[in-house]
Amino acid sequence: MTDATAQLTTADGRPLKAALAASMAVRRRRAFLLVAPLFLFILISFIIPIGQMLLQSVHNDTFSSAVPALSAWFDENPQGSEIDEAAYAALAADLKLMKAEKTAGSAGTRINYDVAGTRSLFTSTARKADKLEAPFKEAILAAEPKWDDPNLWRAMRSASNPYTIDFYLAALDMTRDETGAIVAVEEGQAIYKKLFWRTLSLSLEITALCLLLGFPIAHLLATLPMRKAMLLMILVLLPFWTSLLVRTTSWMVLLQSQGVLNDLLVGIGLIDDEGRIQMMYNQTGTIIAMTHILLPFTILPLYSVMKTIPPSYVRAARSLGATSWTAFRRVYLPQTLPGIGAGGLLVFILAMGYYITPALVGGADGQMISNMIAFHMQKSLNWSLAAALAAMLLAIVLIFFWIYDRLVGIDKMKLG
Amino acid sequence: MALPTYASPLEKTWHYTYLVICGLIFLFLISPILIVIPLSFNAEPYFTFTSKMLALDPEGYSLRWYDKLVTFGMQAPEGERGAAFWSDFWQNAQWMQVTKNSIIIGFFSTILATALGTIAALGLTRPEMPYRKQIMAVLISPMIVPIIISATGMFFFYSWMKFPIPSFEGGFHFEWVRLAGSYFGIILAHAALGIPFVIITVTATLFGFDQSLVRASASLGANPRTTFFKVQMPLIMPGVISGGLFAFVTSFDEVVAVLFIADHDQQTIPRQMWNGIREQISPAILAVATILVVISIALLTTVELLRRRSERLRGMSPQ
Repeated sequence: MTDATAQLTTADGRPLKAALAASMAVRRRRAFLLVAPLFLFILISFIIPIGQMLLQSVHNDTFSSAVPALSAWFDENPQGSEIDEAAYAALAADLKLMKAEKTAGSAGTRINYDVAGTRSLFTSTARKADKLEAPFKEAILAAEPKWDDPNLWRAMRSASNPYTIDFYLAALDMTRDETGAIVAVEEGQAIYKKLFWRTLSLSLEITALCLLLGFPIAHLLATLPMRKAMLLMILVLLPFWTSLLVRTTSWMVLLQSQGVLNDLLVGIGLIDDEGRIQMMYNQTGTIIAMTHILLPFTILPLYSVMKTIPPSYVRAARSLGATSWTAFRRVYLPQTLPGIGAGGLLVFILAMGYYITPALVGGADGQMISNMIAFHMQKSLNWSLAAALAAMLLAIVLIFFWIYDRLVGIDKMKLG
Repeated sequence: MALPTYASPLEKTWHYTYLVICGLIFLFLISPILIVIPLSFNAEPYFTFTSKMLALDPEGYSLRWYDKLVTFGMQAPEGERGAAFWSDFWQNAQWMQVTKNSIIIGFFSTILATALGTIAALGLTRPEMPYRKQIMAVLISPMIVPIIISATGMFFFYSWMKFPIPSFEGGFHFEWVRLAGSYFGIILAHAALGIPFVIITVTATLFGFDQSLVRASASLGANPRTTFFKVQMPLIMPGVISGGLFAFVTSFDEVVAVLFIADHDQQTIPRQMWNGIREQISPAILAVATILVVISIALLTTVELLRRRSERLRGMSPQ
């Protein structure tokens, strides 16, 4: 080599570094192109829908789009101004519009979320809207005296802006008072915070039970000879592969007051016929059924961790004079911690979002936050509140998942 | 697991107690699944064992609930079991309709999820893949997000979004159909929910894949396409199939998304079960449950066999 500083080049004279970088870029692009179709698919079929749900939780224009005149009046007159003739004139104009476009029901429903009983007020006044004449204040109040309610006007003012955090406030058991300040709702109406706590505590109880029941099984499977362990593994995997609804149905059959378990208890004389235990349609039912359904999710990660623990460690501890309990507590148990963490977190995350089982066996006090989301989606039709509750649940789940990723790593997740 | 010879009496007692505890937990795991099988043959409309059943009296058992599954929703359930009866069954029986729906939706969503998922997994396992971890997190997200949240989001988006569907009535054209309440929408939703399972199983197979086989194949003159189909594909096939099975089971067992975005026409087996359980639970549900348990035993066996085959194939290739 005549010049030590000469660059290495490829056969066609390009600098080697650049050629390598170019070929690497091509390979990277190829790898990305393989992933791109799926990425796009998930984006459209899943990520955008979740995004739209988040938008729905802060954006609700069912009222604001129905009341252009009233919105304009609210813009001109700040909070606390007197509800004057102009306001009622705007209201009358909007009621006429609602009648023409048949939006009184949906607009009324939106206000009904904040002030109960106002949906009918909107529909009945809109029906008479064509007969309203100036002075509108008197005419409207003559038709329906309830329009005088300052709470109603405050609710209409806040709903006239399509963007609002009110649904999050409602999901946290908070509301606005006459001056628009954020206050807690009355004791009797607060339900969501309690429900979030119940969801958390039920999930924790289920997780604890799963770990308690899963640990001995995983230990047995990890220490038995391979052939026997594989046979017993089927007993763990079969529930895993069985339809969720089948498992829930089975528990309903077992736990009913006229069901197999109660019959058995009566049969062996533990309880008498009048003393049949109510094990379903309450928290007990939810906890039993969900523990059963989620148990494989703790056993499998625990098993894979225990499989890697050399039995010689415990033997060494014993030979050094430890009792079997000490050897277990100080040598074996600490080594299973990664499995306990992985299995426990996974079950906790899954339990937080459970819907089907609590809905079927939970009764009134075994319901979780998901059931409330479904209720607002299907029964009360307060979609924005459902979206706000869902967004909060999503945030909690994602936080725990982030922890799971830190501790275990999502790429370590295994199936079957 | 055998006890060491030096075990003290206390340890022996504990050991056997431990085995009994394990036995009870296994009982807890398996009995709810097995209990529905005998109960589905109950001759009475009860959810418990009648005294005749316990005495193993044949009169205590019957196929009446299976019969009910067949005839439920038919126009002439009492008719003679000839060709007319079975054609009525095929067209009108409620459980037949939902089975057809489950299979159609399951089949297409599995194909979609497996095809897209396998191709993506090929890219994801390449060492030069940029932003692998972030992209993986997005692709796995349908499995992490609670189903009620996914279904809520899908409800908003799918009832707003319209998709062009090819139609052949009155000349070929595209018809704009709302996703919610269409087969296409549910297939799309179920494919999204099944994709994480395909990604996880296929990438797991691919990470164990010996890249020198690809180089060997290339050095022997095979072009990339031949290498893929003749060398890579047969080796990762067990992973692809079990991923596909997972995707199919996900769709086959899914009820919440169907609850939120399906119309009356697209009811599936779990959706029909959900109705049955919520309204008037009858032992006919147990007959369905029994059939589903048998199916899941078959699925479990298939997946186990595939896993063993995959391990054997990988064991053969030099590590």
